[in-house]
Amino acid sequence: MSAELDNLYQEIILDHYKNPHHKGLRDPFESEVHHVNPTCGDEVTLRVHLADGVVEDVSYDSVGCSISQASASVLTDLVIGKPVDQAMSIHQTFLELMQGKGEVEPDEYVLEDGIAFAGVAKFPARVKCALLSWMAWKDATTQAQAEDEGAIS
Amino acid sequence: MKGLLPDLEVIRKDFPILERTLAGGQPLVYLDSANTSQKPQVVIDTMVDHLERHNANIARAMHQLGAESTEAYEGARDRVAAFLNAPSRNEVVFTKNATEALNLLARTIDLGPGDNVVITEMEHHSNIVSWQLACERSGAELRWFGLTDDGRLDLSNADQLVDEHTKVLAFTWVSNMLGTINPVTDLVARAKAVGALSVIDASQAAPQLTVDVQAAGCDFLVFTGHKVCGPTGIGVLWGREELLNELPPFHGGGEMIETVTMARSTYARAPHRFEAGTPPIVEAVGLGCAVDYLGHIGLDAIHAHEQAITAYALEGLQTVPGVKVLGPLDAAERGGAISFELDGVHPHDIAQVLDSRGVAVRAGHHCAKPAHARFGVQSTTRMSSYLYTTPAEIDALVEGLHHTRSYFKVG
Repeated sequence: MSAELDNLYQEIILDHYKNPHHKGLRDPFESEVHHVNPTCGDEVTLRVHLADGVVEDVSYDSVGCSISQASASVLTDLVIGKPVDQAMSIHQTFLELMQGKGEVEPDEYVLEDGIAFAGVAKFPARVKCALLSWMAWKDATTQAQAEDEGAIS
Repeated sequence: MKGLLPDLEVIRKDFPILERTLAGGQPLVYLDSANTSQKPQVVIDTMVDHLERHNANIARAMHQLGAESTEAYEGARDRVAAFLNAPSRNEVVFTKNATEALNLLARTIDLGPGDNVVITEMEHHSNIVSWQLACERSGAELRWFGLTDDGRLDLSNADQLVDEHTKVLAFTWVSNMLGTINPVTDLVARAKAVGALSVIDASQAAPQLTVDVQAAGCDFLVFTGHKVCGPTGIGVLWGREELLNELPPFHGGGEMIETVTMARSTYARAPHRFEAGTPPIVEAVGLGCAVDYLGHIGLDAIHAHEQAITAYALEGLQTVPGVKVLGPLDAAERGGAISFELDGVHPHDIAQVLDSRGVAVRAGHHCAKPAHARFGVQSTTRMSSYLYTTPAEIDALVEGLHHTRSYFKVG
Protein backbone atom coordinates (compact mmCIF):
# COMPACT_ATOMS: atom_id res chain seq x y z
CA MET A 1 0.00 0.00 0.00
CA SER A 2 2.88 2.29 0.76
CA ALA A 3 4.15 1.74 -2.79
CA GLU A 4 0.84 2.91 -4.15
CA LEU A 5 1.01 5.94 -1.89
CA ASP A 6 4.49 6.73 -3.18
CA ASN A 7 3.09 6.38 -6.67
CA LEU A 8 0.56 9.09 -5.82
CA TYR A 9 2.96 11.36 -3.97
CA GLN A 10 5.89 11.37 -6.37
CA GLU A 11 8.89 13.40 -5.21
CA ILE A 12 8.22 15.82 -8.07
CA ILE A 13 4.75 16.52 -6.69
CA LEU A 14 6.02 17.07 -3.17
CA ASP A 15 8.76 19.38 -4.52
CA HIS A 16 6.28 21.52 -6.42
CA TYR A 17 4.01 21.54 -3.35
CA LYS A 18 6.79 22.83 -1.08
CA ASN A 19 8.17 25.26 -3.68
CA PRO A 20 5.41 26.24 -6.06
CA HIS A 21 6.42 28.00 -9.29
CA HIS A 22 4.84 31.25 -10.51
CA LYS A 23 2.61 31.54 -7.47
CA GLY A 24 0.98 34.89 -6.61
CA LEU A 25 -1.36 37.16 -8.58
CA ARG A 26 0.29 39.46 -11.09
CA ASP A 27 -0.56 42.25 -13.54
CA PRO A 28 -1.26 42.60 -16.37
CA PHE A 29 -4.04 40.13 -17.11
CA GLU A 30 -7.06 39.95 -19.41
CA SER A 31 -9.13 37.56 -17.36
CA GLU A 32 -9.38 36.29 -13.82
CA VAL A 33 -11.40 33.31 -12.65
CA HIS A 34 -12.14 31.72 -9.31
CA HIS A 35 -12.71 27.98 -9.25
CA VAL A 36 -13.56 25.79 -6.29
CA ASN A 37 -13.75 22.08 -5.73
CA PRO A 38 -17.09 22.02 -3.90
CA THR A 39 -16.53 18.63 -2.32
CA CYS A 40 -13.38 19.57 -0.44
CA GLY A 41 -13.31 23.36 -0.65
CA ASP A 42 -10.01 23.68 -2.53
CA GLU A 43 -9.92 27.07 -4.22
CA VAL A 44 -7.90 28.81 -6.89
CA THR A 45 -7.97 32.35 -8.23
CA LEU A 46 -6.16 32.40 -11.55
CA ARG A 47 -5.21 35.14 -14.01
CA VAL A 48 -4.23 34.79 -17.63
CA HIS A 49 -2.27 37.28 -19.70
CA LEU A 50 -2.22 36.66 -23.46
CA ALA A 51 -0.33 38.65 -26.08
CA ASP A 52 -0.17 37.92 -29.81
CA GLY A 53 -1.58 34.45 -29.37
CA VAL A 54 0.98 33.52 -26.73
CA VAL A 55 0.42 32.74 -23.04
CA GLU A 56 2.55 35.53 -21.59
CA ASP A 57 1.72 34.85 -17.95
CA VAL A 58 -0.42 32.70 -15.68
CA SER A 59 -0.56 33.77 -12.07
CA TYR A 60 -2.58 32.28 -9.26
CA ASP A 61 -3.45 32.27 -5.61
CA SER A 62 -4.68 28.99 -4.20
CA VAL A 63 -5.43 26.95 -1.12
CA GLY A 64 -5.65 23.20 -1.15
CA CYS A 65 -3.94 19.87 -0.89
CA SER A 66 -0.50 18.95 -2.20
CA ILE A 67 -1.93 17.52 -5.42
CA SER A 68 -3.89 20.66 -6.29
CA GLN A 69 -1.02 22.99 -5.39
CA ALA A 70 1.62 21.03 -7.26
CA SER A 71 -0.65 20.72 -10.26
CA ALA A 72 -1.05 24.52 -10.49
CA SER A 73 2.72 24.91 -10.31
CA VAL A 74 3.31 22.36 -13.08
CA LEU A 75 0.56 23.94 -15.20
CA THR A 76 2.28 27.32 -15.18
CA ASP A 77 5.63 25.75 -16.07
CA LEU A 78 4.04 24.03 -19.05
CA VAL A 79 1.92 26.79 -20.57
CA ILE A 80 3.73 30.06 -19.90
CA GLY A 81 5.53 31.19 -23.06
CA LYS A 82 3.68 28.75 -25.31
CA PRO A 83 1.33 29.67 -28.15
CA VAL A 84 -2.28 29.36 -26.92
CA ASP A 85 -3.02 26.54 -29.39
CA GLN A 86 -0.11 24.48 -28.15
CA ALA A 87 -0.99 25.20 -24.52
CA MET A 88 -4.54 24.03 -25.17
CA SER A 89 -3.17 20.84 -26.67
CA ILE A 90 -1.01 20.26 -23.57
CA HIS A 91 -4.15 20.83 -21.51
CA GLN A 92 -5.93 18.16 -23.52
CA THR A 93 -3.06 15.73 -23.05
CA PHE A 94 -3.04 16.30 -19.29
CA LEU A 95 -6.81 15.91 -19.16
CA GLU A 96 -6.61 12.59 -20.99
CA LEU A 97 -3.92 11.39 -18.60
CA MET A 98 -6.03 12.34 -15.58
CA GLN A 99 -9.16 10.71 -16.95
CA GLY A 100 -7.30 7.59 -18.06
CA LYS A 101 -7.86 5.65 -14.80
CA GLY A 102 -4.12 5.02 -14.68
CA GLU A 103 -4.04 3.24 -18.04
CA VAL A 104 -2.70 6.10 -20.14
CA GLU A 105 1.07 6.15 -20.67
CA PRO A 106 2.19 9.73 -20.00
CA ASP A 107 4.20 11.54 -22.67
CA GLU A 108 7.18 13.13 -20.93
CA TYR A 109 8.06 15.14 -24.01
CA VAL A 110 4.70 16.99 -23.77
CA LEU A 111 3.98 16.92 -20.06
CA GLU A 112 7.46 17.16 -18.50
CA ASP A 113 6.92 17.23 -14.68
CA GLY A 114 3.23 16.62 -15.39
CA ILE A 115 3.95 12.92 -15.86
CA ALA A 116 4.29 12.71 -12.08
CA PHE A 117 0.50 12.97 -11.92
CA ALA A 118 0.02 9.65 -13.73
CA GLY A 119 -0.40 7.96 -10.33
CA VAL A 120 -3.15 10.40 -9.34
CA ALA A 121 -5.37 9.02 -12.10
CA LYS A 122 -5.67 5.79 -10.07
CA PHE A 123 -7.25 7.70 -7.18
CA PRO A 124 -10.65 8.86 -8.47
CA ALA A 125 -11.19 11.12 -5.46
CA ARG A 126 -8.01 13.06 -6.26
CA VAL A 127 -8.42 13.61 -9.99
CA LYS A 128 -10.50 16.73 -9.32
CA CYS A 129 -7.67 18.09 -7.15
CA ALA A 130 -5.19 17.70 -10.00
CA LEU A 131 -7.54 19.27 -12.54
CA LEU A 132 -8.70 22.27 -10.51
CA SER A 133 -6.16 24.80 -11.77
CA TRP A 134 -6.14 23.31 -15.28
CA MET A 135 -9.89 23.83 -15.62
CA ALA A 136 -9.51 27.33 -14.22
CA TRP A 137 -6.78 28.07 -16.74
CA LYS A 138 -8.86 26.86 -19.68
CA ASP A 139 -11.84 28.90 -18.50
CA ALA A 140 -9.71 32.05 -18.06
CA THR A 141 -7.99 31.60 -21.39
CA THR A 142 -11.28 31.12 -23.24
CA GLN A 143 -12.60 34.27 -21.60
CA ALA A 144 -9.47 36.23 -22.49
CA GLN A 145 -9.73 35.09 -26.10
CA ALA A 146 -13.42 36.01 -26.28
CA GLU A 147 -12.63 39.43 -24.90
CA ASP A 148 -9.87 39.83 -27.43
CA GLU A 149 -12.17 38.91 -30.31
CA GLY A 150 -14.81 41.26 -28.96
CA ALA A 151 -12.29 44.08 -28.97
CA ILE A 152 -11.32 43.43 -32.60
CA SER A 153 -14.87 43.25 -33.97
CA MET B 1 -11.07 2.23 30.32
CA LYS B 2 -14.10 3.59 32.17
CA GLY B 3 -17.26 4.21 30.19
CA LEU B 4 -16.59 1.79 27.33
CA LEU B 5 -19.46 -0.45 26.35
CA PRO B 6 -18.92 -3.66 28.36
CA ASP B 7 -19.78 -5.88 25.39
CA LEU B 8 -17.73 -3.97 22.86
CA GLU B 9 -16.29 -7.09 21.22
CA VAL B 10 -19.77 -8.59 20.94
CA ILE B 11 -21.16 -5.36 19.51
CA ARG B 12 -18.39 -5.25 16.94
CA LYS B 13 -19.45 -8.70 15.75
CA ASP B 14 -22.87 -7.23 14.97
CA PHE B 15 -21.23 -5.14 12.22
CA PRO B 16 -20.00 -7.43 9.45
CA ILE B 17 -18.15 -4.65 7.62
CA LEU B 18 -15.74 -4.26 10.53
CA GLU B 19 -14.29 -7.66 9.68
CA ARG B 20 -13.31 -6.81 6.16
CA THR B 21 -9.83 -5.84 5.10
CA LEU B 22 -8.73 -3.18 2.66
CA ALA B 23 -6.04 -3.05 -0.02
CA GLY B 24 -2.81 -4.60 1.18
CA GLY B 25 -4.65 -6.68 3.79
CA GLN B 26 -5.06 -3.69 6.10
CA PRO B 27 -7.85 -4.07 8.67
CA LEU B 28 -10.53 -1.39 8.48
CA VAL B 29 -10.35 1.35 11.10
CA TYR B 30 -13.60 3.18 10.47
CA LEU B 31 -13.52 6.65 12.01
CA ASP B 32 -16.08 8.33 9.78
CA SER B 33 -19.32 7.54 11.58
CA ALA B 34 -20.47 11.15 11.74
CA ASN B 35 -20.53 10.94 7.96
CA THR B 36 -22.45 7.69 7.95
CA SER B 37 -22.60 4.89 10.48
CA GLN B 38 -22.05 1.24 9.71
CA LYS B 39 -24.99 -1.16 9.74
CA PRO B 40 -25.55 -4.05 12.12
CA GLN B 41 -26.46 -7.46 10.72
CA VAL B 42 -29.93 -7.26 12.21
CA VAL B 43 -30.75 -4.16 10.13
CA ILE B 44 -29.36 -5.76 6.98
CA ASP B 45 -31.30 -8.99 7.65
CA THR B 46 -34.52 -7.16 8.40
CA MET B 47 -34.33 -5.27 5.13
CA VAL B 48 -33.47 -8.38 3.14
CA ASP B 49 -36.31 -10.28 4.82
CA HIS B 50 -38.74 -7.51 3.94
CA LEU B 51 -37.67 -7.55 0.29
CA GLU B 52 -37.62 -11.34 0.11
CA ARG B 53 -40.89 -12.07 1.88
CA HIS B 54 -43.09 -9.03 2.47
CA ASN B 55 -42.53 -6.68 -0.43
CA ALA B 56 -45.61 -4.81 -1.63
CA ASN B 57 -46.70 -1.22 -1.80
CA ILE B 58 -48.23 0.11 1.38
CA ALA B 59 -51.64 1.44 2.31
CA ARG B 60 -53.14 0.74 -1.10
CA ALA B 61 -52.46 -2.89 -1.94
CA MET B 62 -55.57 -4.93 -1.14
CA HIS B 63 -53.81 -8.21 -0.45
CA GLN B 64 -51.91 -10.03 2.26
CA LEU B 65 -48.48 -8.82 1.22
CA GLY B 66 -49.78 -5.26 1.14
CA ALA B 67 -51.07 -5.67 4.66
CA GLU B 68 -47.73 -7.08 5.84
CA SER B 69 -45.75 -4.33 4.17
CA THR B 70 -48.02 -1.64 5.60
CA GLU B 71 -47.73 -3.17 9.04
CA ALA B 72 -43.93 -3.20 8.80
CA TYR B 73 -43.82 0.41 7.58
CA GLU B 74 -46.22 1.70 10.21
CA GLY B 75 -44.46 -0.43 12.80
CA ALA B 76 -41.28 1.47 11.99
CA ARG B 77 -43.16 4.69 12.70
CA ASP B 78 -44.09 3.34 16.12
CA ARG B 79 -40.48 2.44 16.81
CA VAL B 80 -39.22 5.88 15.82
CA ALA B 81 -41.95 7.50 17.94
CA ALA B 82 -40.75 5.44 20.92
CA PHE B 83 -37.10 6.30 20.14
CA LEU B 84 -37.98 10.00 20.34
CA ASN B 85 -40.47 9.60 23.21
CA ALA B 86 -43.02 11.28 20.95
CA PRO B 87 -46.49 11.65 22.47
CA SER B 88 -48.10 10.42 19.25
CA ARG B 89 -47.07 8.26 16.30
CA ASN B 90 -48.82 10.79 14.05
CA GLU B 91 -45.99 13.18 14.79
CA VAL B 92 -43.39 11.08 12.97
CA VAL B 93 -43.06 11.96 9.29
CA PHE B 94 -40.74 9.89 7.12
CA THR B 95 -38.64 11.91 4.71
CA LYS B 96 -35.72 11.13 2.43
CA ASN B 97 -33.17 12.47 4.92
CA ALA B 98 -32.67 15.28 7.44
CA THR B 99 -32.02 17.74 4.62
CA GLU B 100 -35.44 17.06 3.12
CA ALA B 101 -37.05 17.40 6.54
CA LEU B 102 -35.44 20.82 7.04
CA ASN B 103 -36.43 21.90 3.55
CA LEU B 104 -39.98 20.74 4.23
CA LEU B 105 -40.14 23.08 7.22
CA ALA B 106 -38.42 25.97 5.44
CA ARG B 107 -40.90 25.58 2.58
CA THR B 108 -44.08 25.31 4.60
CA ILE B 109 -43.65 27.57 7.63
CA ASP B 110 -45.29 30.88 6.79
CA LEU B 111 -42.73 33.72 6.69
CA GLY B 112 -43.01 37.27 5.45
CA PRO B 113 -41.30 40.68 5.44
CA GLY B 114 -40.68 41.85 8.99
CA ASP B 115 -40.22 38.30 10.27
CA ASN B 116 -36.81 36.89 11.07
CA VAL B 117 -35.29 33.41 11.20
CA VAL B 118 -32.41 32.78 13.59
CA ILE B 119 -29.85 30.05 12.94
CA THR B 120 -26.23 29.56 14.08
CA GLU B 121 -22.82 29.76 12.50
CA MET B 122 -22.13 26.09 13.30
CA GLU B 123 -24.97 24.66 11.22
CA HIS B 124 -24.61 22.04 8.54
CA HIS B 125 -25.30 23.58 5.12
CA SER B 126 -28.74 21.95 5.10
CA ASN B 127 -29.81 24.09 8.05
CA ILE B 128 -28.37 27.24 6.47
CA VAL B 129 -29.22 27.10 2.79
CA SER B 130 -32.82 25.95 3.29
CA TRP B 131 -33.48 29.02 5.46
CA GLN B 132 -31.56 31.33 3.13
CA LEU B 133 -33.88 30.20 0.36
CA ALA B 134 -36.94 30.66 2.59
CA CYS B 135 -35.83 34.18 3.51
CA GLU B 136 -35.09 35.13 -0.09
CA ARG B 137 -38.54 33.89 -1.09
CA SER B 138 -40.46 35.54 1.70
CA GLY B 139 -38.53 38.72 2.48
CA ALA B 140 -37.86 37.55 6.03
CA GLU B 141 -34.51 38.41 7.61
CA LEU B 142 -31.89 35.73 8.33
CA ARG B 143 -29.90 36.13 11.56
CA TRP B 144 -27.42 33.85 13.27
CA PHE B 145 -25.61 33.22 16.51
CA GLY B 146 -21.84 33.59 16.18
CA LEU B 147 -19.34 31.28 17.84
CA THR B 148 -16.85 31.77 20.64
CA ASP B 149 -13.17 30.99 20.13
CA ASP B 150 -13.56 27.64 21.87
CA GLY B 151 -16.34 26.61 19.52
CA ARG B 152 -19.48 27.27 21.54
CA LEU B 153 -22.48 29.36 20.62
CA ASP B 154 -21.94 33.01 21.50
CA LEU B 155 -25.12 33.77 23.43
CA SER B 156 -24.01 37.26 24.54
CA ASN B 157 -26.35 38.97 22.06
CA ALA B 158 -29.12 36.37 22.25
CA ASP B 159 -31.71 38.88 23.46
CA GLN B 160 -31.08 41.09 20.44
CA LEU B 161 -31.05 38.21 17.96
CA VAL B 162 -34.16 36.41 19.14
CA ASP B 163 -36.86 39.07 19.38
CA GLU B 164 -40.62 39.41 19.03
CA HIS B 165 -40.30 39.22 15.22
CA THR B 166 -38.49 35.87 15.31
CA LYS B 167 -40.62 33.22 13.62
CA VAL B 168 -38.13 30.35 13.68
CA LEU B 169 -35.10 29.48 15.79
CA ALA B 170 -33.31 26.59 14.06
CA PHE B 171 -30.14 25.06 15.47
CA THR B 172 -28.12 21.91 15.65
CA TRP B 173 -28.11 19.90 18.85
CA VAL B 174 -24.56 18.62 18.26
CA SER B 175 -22.19 20.26 15.77
CA ASN B 176 -20.97 17.93 13.03
CA MET B 177 -17.69 19.83 12.80
CA LEU B 178 -16.88 21.13 16.28
CA GLY B 179 -18.59 18.39 18.24
CA THR B 180 -20.14 21.04 20.49
CA ILE B 181 -23.30 20.01 22.33
CA ASN B 182 -25.59 23.04 22.37
CA PRO B 183 -27.80 24.17 25.29
CA VAL B 184 -31.04 22.84 23.87
CA THR B 185 -33.41 23.71 26.70
CA ASP B 186 -32.06 27.26 26.97
CA LEU B 187 -32.47 27.86 23.24
CA VAL B 188 -35.94 26.31 23.13
CA ALA B 189 -36.97 28.50 26.08
CA ARG B 190 -35.75 31.60 24.23
CA ALA B 191 -37.82 30.66 21.20
CA LYS B 192 -40.86 29.96 23.34
CA ALA B 193 -40.52 33.28 25.17
CA VAL B 194 -40.96 35.24 21.93
CA GLY B 195 -43.49 32.88 20.33
CA ALA B 196 -41.04 31.52 17.75
CA LEU B 197 -41.01 27.95 16.47
CA SER B 198 -37.98 25.92 17.55
CA VAL B 199 -36.42 23.54 15.03
CA ILE B 200 -33.66 21.16 16.14
CA ASP B 201 -31.30 19.39 13.79
CA ALA B 202 -30.58 16.20 15.73
CA SER B 203 -28.66 14.47 12.93
CA GLN B 204 -25.52 14.20 15.07
CA ALA B 205 -27.35 13.98 18.39
CA ALA B 206 -29.70 11.09 17.65
CA PRO B 207 -26.88 8.56 17.18
CA GLN B 208 -25.27 9.24 20.54
CA LEU B 209 -27.60 11.03 22.96
CA THR B 210 -31.02 10.31 24.35
CA VAL B 211 -33.27 12.44 22.17
CA ASP B 212 -36.52 12.98 24.06
CA VAL B 213 -38.69 15.49 22.23
CA GLN B 214 -40.90 16.03 25.26
CA ALA B 215 -37.95 16.79 27.52
CA ALA B 216 -36.40 19.02 24.83
CA GLY B 217 -39.69 20.90 24.59
CA CYS B 218 -39.07 21.83 20.97
CA ASP B 219 -41.63 22.24 18.19
CA PHE B 220 -39.82 20.34 15.44
CA LEU B 221 -36.84 18.00 15.30
CA VAL B 222 -35.18 16.21 12.41
CA PHE B 223 -32.62 13.45 12.05
CA THR B 224 -31.39 11.08 9.38
CA GLY B 225 -31.54 7.30 9.33
CA HIS B 226 -28.09 6.44 8.05
CA LYS B 227 -26.25 7.96 10.99
CA VAL B 228 -28.18 5.85 13.53
CA CYS B 229 -27.19 2.50 12.02
CA GLY B 230 -30.09 2.62 9.58
CA PRO B 231 -29.98 2.76 5.79
CA THR B 232 -29.64 5.81 3.57
CA GLY B 233 -32.72 7.26 1.88
CA ILE B 234 -34.76 7.65 5.06
CA GLY B 235 -34.98 10.56 7.47
CA VAL B 236 -37.42 11.76 10.08
CA LEU B 237 -39.30 14.95 10.74
CA TRP B 238 -40.90 15.04 14.15
CA GLY B 239 -43.28 17.88 14.93
CA ARG B 240 -45.95 18.63 17.48
CA GLU B 241 -49.14 17.23 16.01
CA GLU B 242 -51.19 20.42 16.05
CA LEU B 243 -48.36 22.31 14.35
CA LEU B 244 -47.90 19.68 11.63
CA ASN B 245 -51.61 19.80 10.89
CA GLU B 246 -51.46 23.57 10.52
CA LEU B 247 -48.68 23.44 7.93
CA PRO B 248 -49.65 23.36 4.25
CA PRO B 249 -48.60 20.31 2.22
CA PHE B 250 -45.04 20.09 0.89
CA HIS B 251 -45.20 17.69 -2.06
CA GLY B 252 -48.49 16.94 -3.79
CA GLY B 253 -49.31 13.41 -4.86
CA GLY B 254 -50.76 10.12 -3.82
CA GLU B 255 -51.32 9.20 -0.18
CA MET B 256 -51.23 12.81 1.08
CA ILE B 257 -54.82 13.57 0.13
CA GLU B 258 -58.28 13.13 1.55
CA THR B 259 -60.04 13.61 -1.75
CA VAL B 260 -59.10 14.92 -5.17
CA THR B 261 -61.31 16.52 -7.82
CA MET B 262 -60.02 18.18 -10.97
CA ALA B 263 -60.60 21.58 -9.40
CA ARG B 264 -59.19 21.07 -5.92
CA SER B 265 -58.07 18.62 -3.26
CA THR B 266 -58.23 18.31 0.46
CA TYR B 267 -55.31 16.96 2.39
CA ALA B 268 -54.74 14.15 4.80
CA ARG B 269 -53.63 14.92 8.32
CA ALA B 270 -50.06 14.36 9.50
CA PRO B 271 -48.05 12.29 8.99
CA HIS B 272 -49.53 11.24 5.62
CA ARG B 273 -49.98 14.85 4.53
CA PHE B 274 -46.20 15.01 4.13
CA GLU B 275 -45.61 11.56 2.64
CA ALA B 276 -46.69 11.99 -0.96
CA GLY B 277 -46.06 9.07 -3.28
CA THR B 278 -44.69 5.62 -2.49
CA PRO B 279 -42.30 6.18 0.42
CA PRO B 280 -38.95 4.45 1.01
CA ILE B 281 -40.64 1.42 2.57
CA VAL B 282 -37.78 -0.98 3.18
CA GLU B 283 -35.60 1.92 4.33
CA ALA B 284 -38.20 2.88 6.93
CA VAL B 285 -38.37 -0.75 8.06
CA GLY B 286 -34.57 -0.78 8.35
CA LEU B 287 -34.61 2.44 10.36
CA GLY B 288 -37.22 1.04 12.73
CA CYS B 289 -34.95 -1.93 13.34
CA ALA B 290 -31.91 0.34 13.80
CA VAL B 291 -33.48 2.52 16.48
CA ASP B 292 -34.66 -0.61 18.24
CA TYR B 293 -31.09 -1.91 18.14
CA LEU B 294 -29.75 1.32 19.65
CA GLY B 295 -32.50 1.31 22.25
CA HIS B 296 -31.61 -2.25 23.20
CA ILE B 297 -27.98 -1.28 23.85
CA GLY B 298 -29.13 1.92 25.51
CA LEU B 299 -28.41 5.48 24.46
CA ASP B 300 -26.97 6.30 27.88
CA ALA B 301 -24.44 3.51 27.50
CA ILE B 302 -23.64 4.59 23.93
CA HIS B 303 -23.18 8.17 25.09
CA ALA B 304 -20.81 7.06 27.86
CA HIS B 305 -18.85 5.01 25.32
CA GLU B 306 -18.59 7.95 22.94
CA GLN B 307 -17.39 10.21 25.73
CA ALA B 308 -14.74 7.71 26.83
CA ILE B 309 -13.48 7.24 23.26
CA THR B 310 -13.60 10.99 22.58
CA ALA B 311 -11.60 11.75 25.73
CA TYR B 312 -9.05 9.11 24.77
CA ALA B 313 -8.83 10.53 21.24
CA LEU B 314 -8.41 14.11 22.46
CA GLU B 315 -5.60 12.88 24.69
CA GLY B 316 -3.95 10.93 21.85
CA LEU B 317 -4.19 13.81 19.39
CA GLN B 318 -2.35 16.06 21.85
CA THR B 319 0.67 13.76 21.55
CA VAL B 320 1.05 14.55 17.84
CA PRO B 321 3.12 17.71 17.35
CA GLY B 322 1.32 20.35 15.29
CA VAL B 323 -2.18 19.01 15.86
CA LYS B 324 -4.78 21.64 16.69
CA VAL B 325 -8.27 20.50 17.67
CA LEU B 326 -11.18 22.78 16.85
CA GLY B 327 -14.06 22.99 19.30
CA PRO B 328 -14.34 22.26 23.01
CA LEU B 329 -11.46 20.29 24.49
CA ASP B 330 -13.55 18.76 27.26
CA ALA B 331 -15.03 15.43 26.12
CA ALA B 332 -17.96 15.87 28.50
CA GLU B 333 -19.16 18.84 26.49
CA ARG B 334 -18.92 17.39 23.04
CA GLY B 335 -20.03 14.63 20.74
CA GLY B 336 -17.90 11.99 19.11
CA ALA B 337 -16.64 14.02 16.15
CA ILE B 338 -13.26 15.74 16.37
CA SER B 339 -12.06 18.08 13.64
CA PHE B 340 -8.42 19.01 13.67
CA GLU B 341 -5.59 20.54 11.73
CA LEU B 342 -2.09 19.16 11.39
CA ASP B 343 0.52 21.82 10.79
CA GLY B 344 2.12 21.60 7.35
CA VAL B 345 -0.11 18.88 5.88
CA HIS B 346 -3.38 19.49 4.07
CA PRO B 347 -6.40 17.49 5.32
CA HIS B 348 -6.78 15.75 1.95
CA ASP B 349 -3.23 14.50 2.15
CA ILE B 350 -3.69 13.42 5.76
CA ALA B 351 -6.80 11.44 4.83
CA GLN B 352 -4.96 9.86 1.91
CA VAL B 353 -2.04 8.68 4.00
CA LEU B 354 -4.36 7.43 6.74
CA ASP B 355 -6.41 5.58 4.13
CA SER B 356 -3.30 3.78 2.94
CA ARG B 357 -3.13 2.40 6.49
CA GLY B 358 -6.81 1.44 6.55
CA VAL B 359 -7.87 4.40 8.68
CA ALA B 360 -10.99 6.05 7.24
CA VAL B 361 -11.56 9.69 8.21
CA ARG B 362 -13.18 12.63 6.47
CA ALA B 363 -11.32 15.61 5.06
CA GLY B 364 -12.83 18.83 3.81
CA HIS B 365 -15.34 21.35 5.12
CA HIS B 366 -17.87 18.70 6.27
CA CYS B 367 -20.73 20.74 4.79
CA ALA B 368 -20.00 23.44 7.38
CA LYS B 369 -18.10 26.08 5.43
CA PRO B 370 -19.19 29.03 7.60
CA ALA B 371 -18.00 27.27 10.76
CA HIS B 372 -14.63 26.66 9.10
CA ALA B 373 -14.44 30.27 7.94
CA ARG B 374 -15.16 31.39 11.51
CA PHE B 375 -11.95 29.70 12.62
CA GLY B 376 -10.00 30.87 9.60
CA VAL B 377 -9.51 27.41 8.16
CA GLN B 378 -10.41 26.16 4.71
CA SER B 379 -10.79 22.54 5.64
CA THR B 380 -10.07 20.10 8.43
CA THR B 381 -9.61 16.41 9.04
CA ARG B 382 -12.37 14.84 11.08
CA MET B 383 -12.36 11.60 13.01
CA SER B 384 -15.67 10.39 14.32
CA SER B 385 -16.28 7.39 16.49
CA TYR B 386 -19.35 5.35 17.32
CA LEU B 387 -20.52 2.53 19.52
CA TYR B 388 -18.22 0.05 17.78
CA THR B 389 -15.03 2.16 18.05
CA THR B 390 -12.21 0.74 20.17
CA PRO B 391 -9.31 2.51 21.90
CA ALA B 392 -6.97 0.49 19.65
CA GLU B 393 -8.53 2.19 16.63
CA ILE B 394 -7.75 5.59 18.15
CA ASP B 395 -4.18 4.37 18.63
CA ALA B 396 -4.07 3.47 14.92
CA LEU B 397 -5.21 6.99 14.06
CA VAL B 398 -2.60 8.61 16.28
CA GLU B 399 0.16 6.38 14.89
CA GLY B 400 -1.08 7.20 11.41
CA LEU B 401 -0.76 10.90 12.12
CA HIS B 402 2.81 10.48 13.36
CA HIS B 403 3.51 8.59 10.16
CA THR B 404 1.84 11.33 8.09
CA ARG B 405 4.16 13.90 9.60
CA SER B 406 7.23 11.89 8.72
CA TYR B 407 5.88 11.06 5.25
CA PHE B 408 5.48 14.76 4.46
CA LYS B 409 8.72 15.55 6.27
CA VAL B 410 7.10 17.97 8.69
CA GLY B 411 9.06 19.13 11.73
